Amino acid sequence: MAILVFAEHANNAIKPDSLKAIAAATAIGGDVHVLVTGSNVRGAADAAAKVHGVTKVLLADSPSLEHPLAENLSTLVVGLARSYGHVLAAATTTGKNFMPRVAALLDVAQISDIVQVVSSDTFVRPIYAGNALATVQSKDAVKVITVRGAAFSAAAAEGGSAAVEAIEAPAAAGNAKYVGQEISKSERPELTAARVIISGGRGMQNGENFKLLEAVADKLGAAVGASRAAVDAGFVPNDYQVGQTGKIVAPELYIAVGISGAIQHLAGMKDSKVIVAINKDPDAPIFSVADYGLVGDLFQLVPELEKALG
Amino acid sequence: MKVLVAVKRVVDYNVKVRVKSDKTGVETADVKFSMNPFDEIAVEEAVRLKEKGGATEVVAVSLGVAQCQETIRTALAMGADRGIHVQTDAELQPLAVAKLLKAICDKEQPQLVIVGKQAIDDDCSQTGQMLAALAGWAQGTFASKVEINGGEMNVTREVDGGLETVSLKLPAVVTTDLRLNEPRYASLPNIMKAKKKPIDALTPEALGVDIAPRLITVKVEEPAKRQGGKKVADVAELVEKLKNEARVI
Ligand SMILES: Cc1cc2nc3c(=O)[nH]c(=O)nc-3n(C[C@H](O)[C@H](O)[C@H](O)COP(=O)(O)OP(=O)(O)OC[C@H]3O[C@@H](n4cnc5c(N)ncnc54)[C@H](O)[C@@H]3O)c2cc1C
Ligand SMILES: Nc1ncnc2c1ncn2[C@@H]1O[C@H](COP(=O)(O)O)[C@@H](O)[C@H]1O
Repeated sequence: MAILVFAEHANNAIKPDSLKAIAAATAIGGDVHVLVTGSNVRGAADAAAKVHGVTKVLLADSPSLEHPLAENLSTLVVGLARSYGHVLAAATTTGKNFMPRVAALLDVAQISDIVQVVSSDTFVRPIYAGNALATVQSKDAVKVITVRGAAFSAAAAEGGSAAVEAIEAPAAAGNAKYVGQEISKSERPELTAARVIISGGRGMQNGENFKLLEAVADKLGAAVGASRAAVDAGFVPNDYQVGQTGKIVAPELYIAVGISGAIQHLAGMKDSKVIVAINKDPDAPIFSVADYGLVGDLFQLVPELEKALG
Repeated sequence: MKVLVAVKRVVDYNVKVRVKSDKTGVETADVKFSMNPFDEIAVEEAVRLKEKGGATEVVAVSLGVAQCQETIRTALAMGADRGIHVQTDAELQPLAVAKLLKAICDKEQPQLVIVGKQAIDDDCSQTGQMLAALAGWAQGTFASKVEINGGEMNVTREVDGGLETVSLKLPAVVTTDLRLNEPRYASLPNIMKAKKKPIDALTPEALGVDIAPRLITVKVEEPAKRQGGKKVADVAELVEKLKNEARVI
């Protein structure tokens, strides 16, 4: 049976996390259909049709789908799901919001945050903040799965030529309405898609000091992240948080500055290819996962690093 | 307005969990258990709603082994009015928990259910959404702010790009994010008072819910260990290594 992947998009392009979910679908094997939803999103559907490995695109274009409300998305996806063996979405806040509803309405389990496809019914997922990896098997008729982007390489955005089929959007649920959003604007790459990330922790002392990290980020084309302590203290917005309960990232290079390395933070970044830690406490746990540890005062070392990067 | 909160007993977040040598799970003998941190936030929010006059009664529900009663007592000491314990030694997966909570909602008729956004043991982040779906209710997940006005509520949600606000008709389900509030510590007098608050005992059978697990755990393993721990002397060495050894810049 074919696999249905829910795709998120922005500016007529499929988002990297969804390209990774498509890659996971390809690893399961079979026809991969992609669902694009929104209002006036034909361009995104056309982009989905070009993604390597996609055999069909379903387009639900309706004002009721302008915002990804879980109540509406779940009704739409449940209506489609029974003709599929698997339904996948990225484990983003959107995927995590509506996919469990889909699973419950189908009376099946959801398999959250898979990091590996073992076979079409068996998957690996982290538990206990990534301190253990569980291999789980599902016998449900439809497997409802969210995919951890950091664990898969994105499907190529070009190379496919799938047909786009328009489908009906169900009537909007009357019990939930979108009111508004405050989206952090940034010229920098998104955390989950960045090749390099520099994150600050409580050691940064205040939001103003994050400028030191931004100066380094500018030189490296990096995204800026943070520990929970830095977010809770109001230094930076919530969407900067890396960790068990924030964003899970695996860039080529992760630079942790003034971060102690609590297991909840490590859960979000320990699969990075190269880790650098800058901390004045030589015994900080972050050093135990760092490939390159630099002991000292960040207020001296970070500006030095920025200069050394030329 | 009655508010129901779900409180899960989990391995304390400070415990360094170890995988069992037979790969069937993680070591839970002789480790400290606590209330799931997100559920403390859920209890705190419910109690604050009551203190502000928005809620009339706060009911704390826990599902699982006998010791879940301790978790319920913690919620009662924080200010919940009474508890419900659905006792079972069987493994409970989120779909089963959601069905049990739905059965309790059918009896209790709360206007609001607050659960954690994720249990820090299974890291599933499913139960609240599943309950909302089964009940046909609206949901406000990953909440960092909740405002109730009559039969509606505004929920500010922590989403990947920042914050989003939705307006929900009650009854509804809210799942808590870290920044919704800072949970209180129970005072000694309140811990004493909590001992007298009632806890109803139920079973999955009595609620008529099939709790059979849907996912089979084939094995549980330790992740590959990172080879970290190397130090560099200064910024110059760091940059040199990143360029020539790691080749990432
Ligand atoms: C349920 C739950 C979920 C959580 N989820 C997350 C999560 O998703 N992400 C997350 O990050 N945390 C999370 N946490 C919190 C986590 O346990 C830690 O509290 C947090 O990561 C600590 O942040 P920190 O390292 O910035 O602060 P601290 O632990 O206070 O460390 C600050 C570090 O800065 C160093 N420092 C200070 N000044 C300087 C200086 N001038 N120069 C150099 N170094 C300096 C210090 O030596 C210290 O190591 C969670 C906790 C719970 C209970
Ligand atoms: N056995 C349980 N008892 C009480 N509440 C639970 C239980 N399992 C899950 N929950 C609630 O559901 C939330 C999310 O859990 P999960 O979907 O497993 O990540 C938790 O934070 C609890 O509020």
